[in-house]
Amino acid sequence: MIFSKKFVNEYIDIKDKNIKELAEEMTRVGNEYDEVGPLVNATKLVIGEVVECSLHPESDHLHITKINVGNEILDIVCGAPNMRNGIKVIVALPGAILPGGTIKESTIRGAKSNGMCCSLAELGLDKKFLTEKDINGIHELPLDAPVGEDVIKYLELDDEIINFELTSNRSDLLSVLGLAYEVGAIYNLKVKEPTSNYKEVEDNFKDNMTLSVETEASQVFLLGNATDVKITQSPSFIKNKLIASGIRPINNVVDISNYVMLETGQPLHFYDADKVGNCLKVRVSKEGETLITLDNQERILTNDDIVICNKEKIIGLAGVMGGLDTEVTEDTKNILIESAQFDKTLVRRTSKRILRSEASSRFEKGIDVKRTYLAMERSKCLLEKYASAKISKDTIIYDKSDKEEKTVEITLNKINSVLGMNLTLNIVEDVFDRLGFASEVKNETFHVNIPSRRLDINIEEDLIEEVGRIYGVENVEAHLPVVPSTPGYIDKYLRDIKIRLSSLGLNEVISYSLVSENNINKIPSDKETIKVKEPLIEEKSILRQSLIPSLMEIYDYNKARNNKNVSIFEIGETFYKENDKYIQKDKLGILMSGLYINGVNNMIETDFYYIKGIIENLLNYLGYSKRYDFEILDTIKILHPYQSAQIIVNGQNIGFLGRIHPNIYKENVYICELDLTKLKEIKVGAIKHKEISKYPSIKKDLSFIFDKEVLSKDIIKDIKNCSSKILNSVNVYDEYKLNGTRSLTFTLTFLDEKETLTEEVVMKDFNKVIDTITTKYNAKLKNM
Amino acid sequence: MKKKLEDLLNFAVSEIENVETENDMNLIKSKYLGKNSEFTNIMKEMSGLSIEEKKEIGLLTNEFRTSFTECFEKKLNEIKTEALNKRLENERIDISLPGKGIKTGSLHPLTHIRMVLEDLFVSMGYDVVEGPQVETDDYCFEKLNIPKDHPARDMQDTFYITEEMLLRSQTSSVQVRTMLANKEKTPIKMICPGKVYRKDDDDATHSHQFMQMEGLVVDKNISLADLKGTLLKLARALLGENTNIRFRPSYFGFTEPSYEVDVTCFKCGGKGCPLCKNIGWIEILGSGMVHPNVLKMCGYDPKIYTGFAFGVGIERLAMFKYGITDLRNFYTNDVRFLDNFSRKDVK
Repeated sequence: MIFSKKFVNEYIDIKDKNIKELAEEMTRVGNEYDEVGPLVNATKLVIGEVVECSLHPESDHLHITKINVGNEILDIVCGAPNMRNGIKVIVALPGAILPGGTIKESTIRGAKSNGMCCSLAELGLDKKFLTEKDINGIHELPLDAPVGEDVIKYLELDDEIINFELTSNRSDLLSVLGLAYEVGAIYNLKVKEPTSNYKEVEDNFKDNMTLSVETEASQVFLLGNATDVKITQSPSFIKNKLIASGIRPINNVVDISNYVMLETGQPLHFYDADKVGNCLKVRVSKEGETLITLDNQERILTNDDIVICNKEKIIGLAGVMGGLDTEVTEDTKNILIESAQFDKTLVRRTSKRILRSEASSRFEKGIDVKRTYLAMERSKCLLEKYASAKISKDTIIYDKSDKEEKTVEITLNKINSVLGMNLTLNIVEDVFDRLGFASEVKNETFHVNIPSRRLDINIEEDLIEEVGRIYGVENVEAHLPVVPSTPGYIDKYLRDIKIRLSSLGLNEVISYSLVSENNINKIPSDKETIKVKEPLIEEKSILRQSLIPSLMEIYDYNKARNNKNVSIFEIGETFYKENDKYIQKDKLGILMSGLYINGVNNMIETDFYYIKGIIENLLNYLGYSKRYDFEILDTIKILHPYQSAQIIVNGQNIGFLGRIHPNIYKENVYICELDLTKLKEIKVGAIKHKEISKYPSIKKDLSFIFDKEVLSKDIIKDIKNCSSKILNSVNVYDEYKLNGTRSLTFTLTFLDEKETLTEEVVMKDFNKVIDTITTKYNAKLKNM
Repeated sequence: MKKKLEDLLNFAVSEIENVETENDMNLIKSKYLGKNSEFTNIMKEMSGLSIEEKKEIGLLTNEFRTSFTECFEKKLNEIKTEALNKRLENERIDISLPGKGIKTGSLHPLTHIRMVLEDLFVSMGYDVVEGPQVETDDYCFEKLNIPKDHPARDMQDTFYITEEMLLRSQTSSVQVRTMLANKEKTPIKMICPGKVYRKDDDDATHSHQFMQMEGLVVDKNISLADLKGTLLKLARALLGENTNIRFRPSYFGFTEPSYEVDVTCFKCGGKGCPLCKNIGWIEILGSGMVHPNVLKMCGYDPKIYTGFAFGVGIERLAMFKYGITDLRNFYTNDVRFLDNFSRKDVK
């Protein structure tokens, strides 16, 4: 809503208020603004008279002119086609600041030019307010315009505006009157409501017109009649207020409907009475019905739109836009005036589907019934005055609205306890008085009469808000709630994993949950995907089930920017649908490529075992040491078939890791994904100290040469199985490949918790291990 | 005899002075104290002397031995130290070469901010609660006093999955869940951080997905003053102790009264600059007193209980705190951007 100072000043005296301070005051009470300042942002513009005009010898379109600006005669070069001797024009003096720049004395093709003649467009008025002529040529002022005077004042464009971004509950502020009441509450000023005086003509309008309202969706419908209107231009005070409010002036009749809408907040519709006929009906549309609206567009209706019909057809989309067929035109003689209430929800739906208009934005927030009547009266008054209309005495009234006065009761104590303040009865009374709310106090309880324009005030809390905002919420002293305070509960599971992984050299990333079909297909899943109904773009239409495709996109992004060393992880939610339930799981994704370890002569690229090491490190950290395993995996298409593995914790599959298939990335890129929701369900015991053995351990190394594929973990398992319990641990110590054979060196640690081991006892186990492994795997023992 | 010993000592001392290696030192030792040395000969000659003479010469020989040894050890030490120094010098390394090891990883800036907020509120007794991102219309809007077709829904254009299911556009749904789940209707102090989604085109200041943190306190006698105190604490914890806040009345369906909260511009300290559009304040929060309808729908009697709620966008806070001008940085994840956050921050 645009606040025009001149417009608001009609109802409340704010002439001496600084517009910027006013805007700040309005912000303080809850009405934010976007812009504030003069309507026309231009200086040093005066009325000039062209006293000489000749063609520039060096140009085919420029004129050399002498222009009288009162105290001097200026030489000005002007290129406008309509420049000629004798006309009065807008002159920007040297030093004038226009939206397009500053005017300087200059020389144009050898001719001196000390200023500029302006078009209306050059003053910075929005193009929608201007005609072709206003844009292309300089503006011609009336011949009686006083030379040397300030043009903006003369054109009555010396207004100041504030563009407010209002909250959706304050429907009352979508009217100039409402703004006046709000300003009145701030400055403690009284509002003078507009009056409506006009001569009523006795005619048979009521007898010749039938109105039927066939839907609950219109509770109030008023129909007035004006005859013999003279369509012409509006007086400048109307035009300029419309322009200041952002509405394009059209003709006196249309402008009056807009003027009254701005004034009262009640949108009106004027029909050409002769095109409507003698019957008007309000009903809800049927699916598939059509209407051509004022903007010459065919609109297809649903069974949820409120429409206005005459005998034959639909002639208006209630609350949104009128129909083309019954539009007021240059030839209109007689007018039907509609001032009505329409269901805000239905109007909202219709306008959301079809078109947001000045009218619909008001209807969908609700309108005070008193304004419905006021708007009818005001339009009649203005039509008589500015369109020479004869006003029918009768108004056809359909009114089923609830007329009960709204009273809200509230105690002083309640106000103070919610605001945390100590206001007195007098202070609160004063606030209600400023707001124009009549109130009575009995036993510290206020009985507050809510004016009908304040549709937003219904309960105690609404009044508390009013007191808070008008008295000033800045006066509330801040303190912390006195609630018995013990530290709150927080589950740091995911946070601890993040900290661990970042300590292991990985960068945490966060990516989008909504992804593309293509993204989903990279890691196929047998679970049902969840799609949003009307996505913004297809790339963000499906909820992801895996983090890996997003990590690959981040890798691509970095690679394209020459960031080749990428070690990243994300912990994020993934989604699917199962048995009509929406399932959300936390997953951990890791992607690593390029250098992982730095140092001179020691630059080491990530490989399978580094990412595996990170997973092992994490699983150990989480308490799963000795409870996890890695198994061969060859079912994920985007992975290298021989460099990928499934991650098993406590016998359950919780994720996978591997190198991305060389078909996708030629370079080595490793990924891993863990289902953290599943992992977290696998319970872990608390840390418990285990006594360290007093007896020394004995370490023995063993190397075998294998000539077939073996998994080290299988050999370790066999070593353990064939040994007695003095074998404390087995680790792979070295791997070496040569000529198709592979040698593996194991370190066996022997330990007895109860006594010192002898070489003899150890050798018994040791030899058994050698026998078992060489026999089972056809392996050779390598001499150490 | 005395003269002989004195001369011998002088010879030895001057010879020791000129020795350079440990080996030569050993030769000198045997030359002056060894079996065939003059000193040993003198000792041998002593056997033929009288007790008086023995006493005198004995003193002299002891003096010789002490002085020689002292001088010898001193020199030997010098030679050893020099040799060690030489060896160490050969072991000189270029200490300016970079260290070895894995690079420093980082937490995402949004995680950093979230952690600061969580820790602050946990210390003040708030529970951290999370909830589903695929939410019902009922929990995300209806129970928050924003019925279907309410104009307030325009502020949050929402991704719907079905008529009833949606991607939550605010974490307030978790507040509803918490209030409903609290069967005994005991007081509540909670925050709910997490991802939310709104139908906005991604640009420098908008994102269809972002991180929000909302807070809720429900108890007897909770007032606006409590809310103000809490948010002042939040602003100062994050943006510094000189930060002030300003409440501006506003409107959100689920609170009444409602306030937008500004903080003093941390760039200009409130004097006015391009960042704050010359007003000295920057909006960072929405808040208010919980609407009685919301309390009622969630099972709390508004005649007994009051409460406050607030919500803050984590991206916005991170942008201000770290001076990030384009919100998309958080989601493109350029590793050079992420590396900025590999260190511990100062308050």
